[in-house]
Amino acid sequence: MTKKPMTDSSNHLDKIKKSLSRRNRAEKRFRWYGRMAVFVGLAAVMVLFTDIISKGHGAFRITYVELQVTYDQDMIGVENLTDPAQLALGDWEALSKAALRNEFGDVSGRRDKRKLYGLISSGAGYDLKDRLLANPLLLGETENVWILADDDIDTYYKSWLDGEPYAARMSAKQIQWIDELHAQGKIRLQFNSNLFTRGDSREPEQAGIRGAVMGSLLVLILTLMLSFPIGVSAAIYLEEFAPRNRWTDFIEVNINNLAAVPSIIFGLLGLAIFINFFHVPRSVPIVGGLVLTLMTLPTIIITSRAAIKSVPPSIREAAMGMGASKSQVVLHHVLPLSLPGMLTGAIIGMAQALGESAPLLMIGMVAFIVDIPAGFSDPATVLPVQIFLWADSPERAFIEKTSAAIMVLLSFLIVMNTVAVWLRKRLERRW
Amino acid sequence: MTQAAPVTKKKPVSKTTPKPMQNLEITDHQATVGKCFADNAKMTMRNVNVFYDDKQAIHDVSIDIAKNEVIAMIGPSGCGKSTFLRSLNRMNDTVDICRVEGQICMDGEDLYSPKLDVVELRARVGMVFQKPNPFPKSIYENVAYGPKIHGLADTRVDLDEIVENSLRKASLWEEVKERLHQAGTGLSGGQQQRLCIARAIAVSPEVILMDEPCSALDPIATARIEELIEELSQNFTIAIVTHSMQQAARVSHRTAYFHLGRLIEVNPTEQVFTMPEHQLTEAYITGRFG
Repeated sequence: MTKKPMTDSSNHLDKIKKSLSRRNRAEKRFRWYGRMAVFVGLAAVMVLFTDIISKGHGAFRITYVELQVTYDQDMIGVENLTDPAQLALGDWEALSKAALRNEFGDVSGRRDKRKLYGLISSGAGYDLKDRLLANPLLLGETENVWILADDDIDTYYKSWLDGEPYAARMSAKQIQWIDELHAQGKIRLQFNSNLFTRGDSREPEQAGIRGAVMGSLLVLILTLMLSFPIGVSAAIYLEEFAPRNRWTDFIEVNINNLAAVPSIIFGLLGLAIFINFFHVPRSVPIVGGLVLTLMTLPTIIITSRAAIKSVPPSIREAAMGMGASKSQVVLHHVLPLSLPGMLTGAIIGMAQALGESAPLLMIGMVAFIVDIPAGFSDPATVLPVQIFLWADSPERAFIEKTSAAIMVLLSFLIVMNTVAVWLRKRLERRW
Repeated sequence: MTQAAPVTKKKPVSKTTPKPMQNLEITDHQATVGKCFADNAKMTMRNVNVFYDDKQAIHDVSIDIAKNEVIAMIGPSGCGKSTFLRSLNRMNDTVDICRVEGQICMDGEDLYSPKLDVVELRARVGMVFQKPNPFPKSIYENVAYGPKIHGLADTRVDLDEIVENSLRKASLWEEVKERLHQAGTGLSGGQQQRLCIARAIAVSPEVILMDEPCSALDPIATARIEELIEELSQNFTIAIVTHSMQQAARVSHRTAYFHLGRLIEVNPTEQVFTMPEHQLTEAYITGRFG
């Protein structure tokens, strides 16, 4: 070695330099692989979002037609607006029909009349009733009202505005009427508040996601109330108190297994146990919450255990060295320090539960429910199931509705995940 | 305070020393040399064995800790001195596989008797750890924690007084009195360790165990802790494990030398560092291994 140090060391350097350039190339390649992976992921998300938004943005506006309505007492057949029996029997549709005949005077014949009445939503009469009840002085008066158009008209008018009219379900007469209305400025797009204030409906123009959102909310509240305390308690017990033996190993393996069980199995379990055995009514948020609790429990237990594990042992030793009892160590030190991690896990579990539809199909939350649920025992459906229902509906106008509901669901998920990240960043402590 | 002479270069190792380790083998029946026992013993340990599963970490250790003395435990890494220290306030209970045999008493009371409440024991035997480990709470909360859980303070004023006194005894008060409600983790390493000492003495323990309290600190912070130990020794009995022989020489009254789980020698610190009785002790303090 000592005989020719010069050549040796320069040889050495040459070798290092050669390997260095090779290593640098490998490094660069590696970085590009990463970038490409990120790009593919982002591109997929972009395609998904563009597709959904391009299909769904139309649903946030809907076609209204302006008509002159006379609230004729004889036509409705109601004298006393405070009598519910009379109100129920009133012929409210007569109001909108009369207004249409009034607008297009030259319509005769059953067929044409049906086409004419088809211009506006079949629920228009009830909208006029609500309007009258809100302001009883209108009885006998005449006013111009913007009335919700039928879904076929809505689809046609939107596509016509875009330059590619879709007229498959329109008659020539109807197209002509729309042209007339448009020329007079009596047809226009308005913000679709129905989408956010109404429950489901067979008529696309009257359908909204309020019922599904409320259903999701109720189910999630119940899921959180059940799964968070149970999951955290289980995690604390397993992590801090349980002896390490074959039993706890067995439990750990099973919890990890449960996290990977397909969610529809939990639905079947819920059907068999909660509905068939305990006779919980089907289709209600109670049973939905119970099933989703089973599904999110493993997630919450696993993330909570990880959060507890990440509390440094030195903190536990310090507390124990001070003479704190086991539960004082846990409650005063371990729990506060691991709570951010637990909350993050809970939010991620909740986001998972919010996006879940399969187990809910099994327990009857897939029913067509018009009323907006007000409590845990009202029949309800949830957002993802509503999306499933609408996607399955034949009416063309439900396409954009489906995408709009997906957008609402996605924005809830994005908000929840952002909160999770924010919480983690915010509450993270250093020691 | 005991002033030991610098010891590391007392006997330079020369090539003529005949294979030191060969002569230094220890047998199972070796007795501890020196003065293990004290007349005014605070804690008495007799024939203590500690096992981790099948592995024996401490072999048959018998020693007394006298009232208000500072006893240093030294020895090479893995010699069991920390394990022994942690068995004095039953911190080893938290290790599932750890088993302690023999008798450990404080004021004649068996610490391992099933009747003894470990919570009470730890209030009487405080501990300071190797790495400063203040709670991620305010300085005030750190010191007040012990008194709170043991119910030592009846009023807020009492508690304030305990906190101030403890911080003063730990010579930290002047530095932190303006920011009692800021995070204890924001202090420097040396301050954090003094905070941990303040936290330990806030419950007025009778014995304080220190497990290499200065190993994570710089020389200046170490010097302050050592001064502190000297002051505390007026009121408390202190057992300190240390890697630094100089530290043992500076702060302790008696020194115990551990080797491979056995207590080799216990003697007044001055004697250990000037005239060790046992060959192993001599080998260690002269730097032949460690």
